Amino acid sequence: MAVQSPHTELPEAIWRVRLRLASRSLRENWSLFMSARIGMVGLAIIVFYAVLALAHPVMLKTVWSPHVYDPVIGYAMDETRQPAPPSLSHPLGTDPLGRDILSQLMFSARSEFLLGLLAAVVTVTIGTTVGAVSAYFGGVVDTILMRLADIMIMMPAISVLVVLSALIGVEHFELALIIGILSGFGGTGVLVKSQALSVVNKPYIEAARIAGGSPFHIILVHVVPNLLPLSFLYMMFTVTSAIFSEAVLSFLGLLDVRMSWGLMIHTTESAGYLLQVGEYWWLIFPASLSITLLCSSFYLVGRALDEVVNPRLRRR
Amino acid sequence: MPLLTVDNLTMHYMTREGPVRAVDGVSFSVEHGQSLGLVGESGCGKSSIATSLLKLLPDNASLLAGSVLLDGVDLLPLSEREMREYRWDRISMVFQAAMNSLDPVYRVGDQIVEALEAHYERTRQESHDRVQELYELVGLNPEFMDRYPHEYSGGMKQRAIIAMALACEPDLIIADEPTTALDVIVQDRILREMKEVQRKLDMSMIYISHDMAVIAEVSDVVGVMYAGKIVEFGPTSEVFDRPIHPYTQALMSAFPSVVGEKKELVTLPGEPPNLAVPPAGCRFHPRCPFATGECMTSEPPIVNRGGHWAVCWNPRNE
Amino acid sequence: MVSAQALTKLFPVSDSWFGGQKSFVHAVDDISFDLMGGESLGLVGESGCGKTTTGKLLVRLIEPTAGHIQFDDGTGNSEDIAILKGASLKAFRKKAQMVFQDPYESLNPRQTVFDAVSEPLRVQNIGGPADRIDKVSEMLVLVGLSPPSTFLFRYPHELSGGQRQRVVIARALVVEPTFVVADEPTSMLDVSVRTGIMRLMDDLGDRLGITYVYITHDLAVARYMCDRIAVMYLGKIVEVGETEKLLSNPQHPYTKALLSAVPVPDPASTRDPVNIKGGVTTPVDPPPRCRFFDRCPIADNFCRDNVHPPLEDKGAGQFAACYKV
Repeated sequence: MAVQSPHTELPEAIWRVRLRLASRSLRENWSLFMSARIGMVGLAIIVFYAVLALAHPVMLKTVWSPHVYDPVIGYAMDETRQPAPPSLSHPLGTDPLGRDILSQLMFSARSEFLLGLLAAVVTVTIGTTVGAVSAYFGGVVDTILMRLADIMIMMPAISVLVVLSALIGVEHFELALIIGILSGFGGTGVLVKSQALSVVNKPYIEAARIAGGSPFHIILVHVVPNLLPLSFLYMMFTVTSAIFSEAVLSFLGLLDVRMSWGLMIHTTESAGYLLQVGEYWWLIFPASLSITLLCSSFYLVGRALDEVVNPRLRRR
Repeated sequence: MPLLTVDNLTMHYMTREGPVRAVDGVSFSVEHGQSLGLVGESGCGKSSIATSLLKLLPDNASLLAGSVLLDGVDLLPLSEREMREYRWDRISMVFQAAMNSLDPVYRVGDQIVEALEAHYERTRQESHDRVQELYELVGLNPEFMDRYPHEYSGGMKQRAIIAMALACEPDLIIADEPTTALDVIVQDRILREMKEVQRKLDMSMIYISHDMAVIAEVSDVVGVMYAGKIVEFGPTSEVFDRPIHPYTQALMSAFPSVVGEKKELVTLPGEPPNLAVPPAGCRFHPRCPFATGECMTSEPPIVNRGGHWAVCWNPRNE
Repeated sequence: MVSAQALTKLFPVSDSWFGGQKSFVHAVDDISFDLMGGESLGLVGESGCGKTTTGKLLVRLIEPTAGHIQFDDGTGNSEDIAILKGASLKAFRKKAQMVFQDPYESLNPRQTVFDAVSEPLRVQNIGGPADRIDKVSEMLVLVGLSPPSTFLFRYPHELSGGQRQRVVIARALVVEPTFVVADEPTSMLDVSVRTGIMRLMDDLGDRLGITYVYITHDLAVARYMCDRIAVMYLGKIVEVGETEKLLSNPQHPYTKALLSAVPVPDPASTRDPVNIKGGVTTPVDPPPRCRFFDRCPIADNFCRDNVHPPLEDKGAGQFAACYKV
């Protein structure tokens, strides 16, 4: 090369520069996220339930006696009549089987989180892969994946779950996988693909091909990173739909789970208290409110992320 | 009296980084039947002038000062409803992106006919005849009125837009880069037709472009813009032959031509300034080869040579 | 150095609902030309004439439908890059590079300047991580972005259009290619910035001995960048010759029309009106006669009844595809 340049001394190591760049972009995005009120409301609800979930095992180890407060096999021996209304020792009362409602609520929060996040991770992983691969390769690959997506979208998810739970016995883990696969290969995959199409037609993709990049390299380095913000958005919405599906299925008594918010309502229903909400409000209200709140909170966070992801909505 | 007199027009965009001074104290006038060319690089504020004149501004733009007199009536204080009587009727516009604004599901002719019908309360037949006339005026075959936008080429769409802009026989037409997306042969046709129509209808025109060559061909007078200000203004031949401002001079010598001697192209150092934080004094001074001490601190004075003026501390071609 | 022979690219048009005969867009139709080492050839024409497709064929971004491209890397062994694949195609990518039109879209918004410029080195496995910093810095200095440390870790949106285009050039040249196709490298840039990029590419071409193909719609820019110009019309080269000769003495009626349509930045000059009619005809399954027939002011029955004319020497090394001149 005609120009001789001396060894370039960088003032700091590359990984430190990258760390700084990453933290800066995180800060910028965070401030954008903060400017959307609804996101903060959503985040506050999520944090509230996360604290509940984390506090549950601690409570059982310290203040709550497992015999009384275990969410599944505990029995409120201090109450004479079940279900018992809220009291000091049972702030949300007990259920028809004498179990502490607050404890059930907190215990379930953890599994709701795990279920929602696992479903979301599976959805996004599959959806992003399907979208990127389908858009990049096109042709036969695209046709196969998109026809598969059509099938997934056409399949009535709840009915599929009903059938599956009858056949194999569905727990939280299986439920998360099924929701993730249905949504990842279905709707999310299609939505991500439409975004991926605009990415793969960008000149920088051609530039990467000219540089000698393999399809794998290009998808990994250029396509996927530009899809992640969108995928992350759909991740939030998947959490919502997973928690909601769980509630519906548990309520119908179709899931093999030990405890969940849906199951709490199911117990109430099967014990015949469902229509006496006014009198036995603590049997219905905490669980159903939790389902509503946690579902909306992830939705709200998703909407706020939308502000970060879609610059068109940004105010100047 | 000139048809249009713009005095001290100032329009800023309010952004996160503070106000962007897109149009900053711009004054000029356009005579009846005259065509004014505004030339400058992207971001110099030339399109912002067009949208300010018509008051078609985005929400974050604010007109801070100045007056825009059309036949003695100041347009700036007018309400949106009053302004609507001026747009299209008195001042009409052709934007670069306009050719993509045709609705793909309606016939092109019908779109123009309907706009006319709604505007004038004429019968459909009268409007139809008028559009036919307009099509002939801009060199489009009237048979194409019955076709859909996707059957039109880019040049034909732009002609249809021009026909629509001429429909009310406006006093002034503002054309913002109307041929930039088109090929040279089509551009040539449209430029010739616009000039001819302008002469035939005795219209005034403000033609906005980044292309010195196009401006040289279409305009009688030219305003050179840099960083939100008009830095030089005068009859086209004067400005091109004896530029006063170093920026105009640099633009000329950076512009390649296919004819004539192959002159050395001059490179201007640096890039246009960020208009949120423009340089003090003359805005061109960081890139100017003739900059002196006063250029960095004080606004440059107007150098007027008989209707051909520039704002500069160190004028050229004396 | 590069020799295109009967190069053809057809794109199928999928409008055959009932499985009838398929139609084809003849984007590039049987063109041949030779490029000498160190030369710069301009491909000029209106949009849709096939100039960009030709450029992409030359660097094998797309595969030709037919024809050969003999590529000689200067060592004397020549290979047909039209049939390259796999590892040999990847090796070819070190010798032939491309500069893109839109500096805003040809850089990944999530990559820093360093990531973008070093990417070819990474995927080609050239040098270690430390060498790459040196090499990238050297390239940035070369394209006029110095000191490099202030640019290495910036994102594209933090750079101006001119700076981005310099990064794009640095990225193309980092693997030290001998052949570069530049697709309208200055058309998105402002006049005052454009000249700098034009001069940079010119300088680097001379210093590094790069053979260029410039694709442009702007004859005035081609005049400054190219030794020779090839004028394309509907997938065919209609005229090719040395730049100044072609511009001052065009032979083909289309070249004449194109030249007379270019506006001149001089209010005193008057141009002859363009004398060709109509718009560009469709490149879908064109009839075999001269492509320019429908718009040609001098065409006659001979032109109508014969196939598209071959490129013929019209004197002084200027070739035109026309029966009438």
